[in-house]
Amino acid sequence: MSETKEPLFSKKNKKLISDPLNLNNPVTIQVLGICSALAVTVQMDNAIVMSIAVLFVLVMGNLIVSLMRNLIPSKIKIIVQLVIVAALVIIVDQVLKAYVYDVSKSLSVFVGLIITNCIIMGRLEAFALGNKPWASILDGVGNGLGYGLILVIVAFFKELFGSGSLLGIPVFGDPEGIDGPTGLFAMGYENNGLMLLPPSSLILVALYIWIQKKKTPSLIDENAS
Amino acid sequence: MSINKEGNVYTLIFAIVMVVVVGGLLAFIASSLKPLQEANVKNEKMQNILQAIGLEETAEVTRDEAGAIFNDYITERIVLDYEGNVISTKTNQDSIVPKDMTDAFNVEVRKYYNNLMRIEKKYEEGSEEFKAALKEKEITYPLFVCEKDGKKYFVTYFSGKGLWDDIWGYIAFKEDGKTINGTVFDHKGETPGLGSKITTEIFNRDFVNKVITNENNEYRPIRVIKPGKDREEYEVRGISGATFTAIGDGANMGVERMMERSLVVYQKYFSSLNSNSINKVPELIDTLSIDTMQMQIDTTAVLAIK
Repeated sequence: MSETKEPLFSKKNKKLISDPLNLNNPVTIQVLGICSALAVTVQMDNAIVMSIAVLFVLVMGNLIVSLMRNLIPSKIKIIVQLVIVAALVIIVDQVLKAYVYDVSKSLSVFVGLIITNCIIMGRLEAFALGNKPWASILDGVGNGLGYGLILVIVAFFKELFGSGSLLGIPVFGDPEGIDGPTGLFAMGYENNGLMLLPPSSLILVALYIWIQKKKTPSLIDENAS
Repeated sequence: MSINKEGNVYTLIFAIVMVVVVGGLLAFIASSLKPLQEANVKNEKMQNILQAIGLEETAEVTRDEAGAIFNDYITERIVLDYEGNVISTKTNQDSIVPKDMTDAFNVEVRKYYNNLMRIEKKYEEGSEEFKAALKEKEITYPLFVCEKDGKKYFVTYFSGKGLWDDIWGYIAFKEDGKTINGTVFDHKGETPGLGSKITTEIFNRDFVNKVITNENNEYRPIRVIKPGKDREEYEVRGISGATFTAIGDGANMGVERMMERSLVVYQKYFSSLNSNSINKVPELIDTLSIDTMQMQIDTTAVLAIK
């Protein structure tokens, strides 16, 4: 092997992590994983644990598929990827149930739904199948973080304006205090019920895309009229 | 020798090997983690029962502690039928044997709530057919008796239907068998931030000291109503935006309906307890006086013979 060894964090590899955070964000640019961004963003703690779980599955899935990329028969590659992802998700679910029971309870069905998260299949198919293990791990980390970033940002606003709290801690006062409303609620402030529902995520993600594209004009699709 | 990776044989072998490896791995993981998971579920149930009692010292109990102190608080585990009759009783001396259905701890109310819904749709509640169907499906009602500092508490456990999936709850009553001392509600998959709020203190604290009987000691279900309205003494505050989970749809759904259909059974048991304790005293006097009379007659008889 005369090929010079690439440093672990070369410029190219760094880009694998930084790109998905902004320029190639899986949610806002690749438009993958929108569905769970709508569903698990009502509370910040759920969004954070969900991001970690997706990150884990994505990194492990990318690694395994990348290691096996020369072995997988192309006829059944989607099925093979599906089996790998499903197995990983079941492992995550079982381990959560055994060791961090409370977290697994608060996520309930969403852990199982990681299987259907399009980011994972998308990255396995688009990246891990054609790249080396280390690069695939970095790609998994990058995309997992990019996904988590959007999830946490959306959840921040949804929880703040929907429930008046952050990570479960009330910040605007207690609307249902024993002695009547306290804090901002005493002054007539009301939580926005729409913020708790999936449509508000779409609005927030759209606003995010707007800001993102305003800041980086190169992202704007030239063919769009 | 090169292998044809696109050939059918390779594909088939790859698929078989993959399934065997993944299946074996998952089976191994699942079976080796099972004891831990089961202990979690068991301890959580104990934790819920203890928390529902509403005592300060049990309110903050953690899941792991719950397993250790459960028997210190819960002295009896009783299984009731629909009429409120005791089917079986276990005390804290009896250990909990898994799958022993005469032990109230093993009565898994969440398992038969589907049957309960079906029976409810088919027959009128309280009718003979209804009771027969309950018996056939072996639907029973678990009750836990807690004794602390000379006071008794009764913890009930039941389940029902939420908006998306099942919901369940533990309600603890004071010694009088009608005043609520604490509640714990939980759910499987209610909407996060809306229906899932039935687990929060905001919802649960409103149940404390509500009474499930009217002035004549007849059963009167607790009503859950929309927040912001004035409430009667038997009405608790619902959750805004969670109409179906908390208040229900007027048919089978919701916390209110779940409580209504279960507490009616427990109330029968409680009222039988109360009537026993009230009637006991006069009965005792009656038998006593008869005995004394008998004795007097006997003495007179003896004297007469003399």
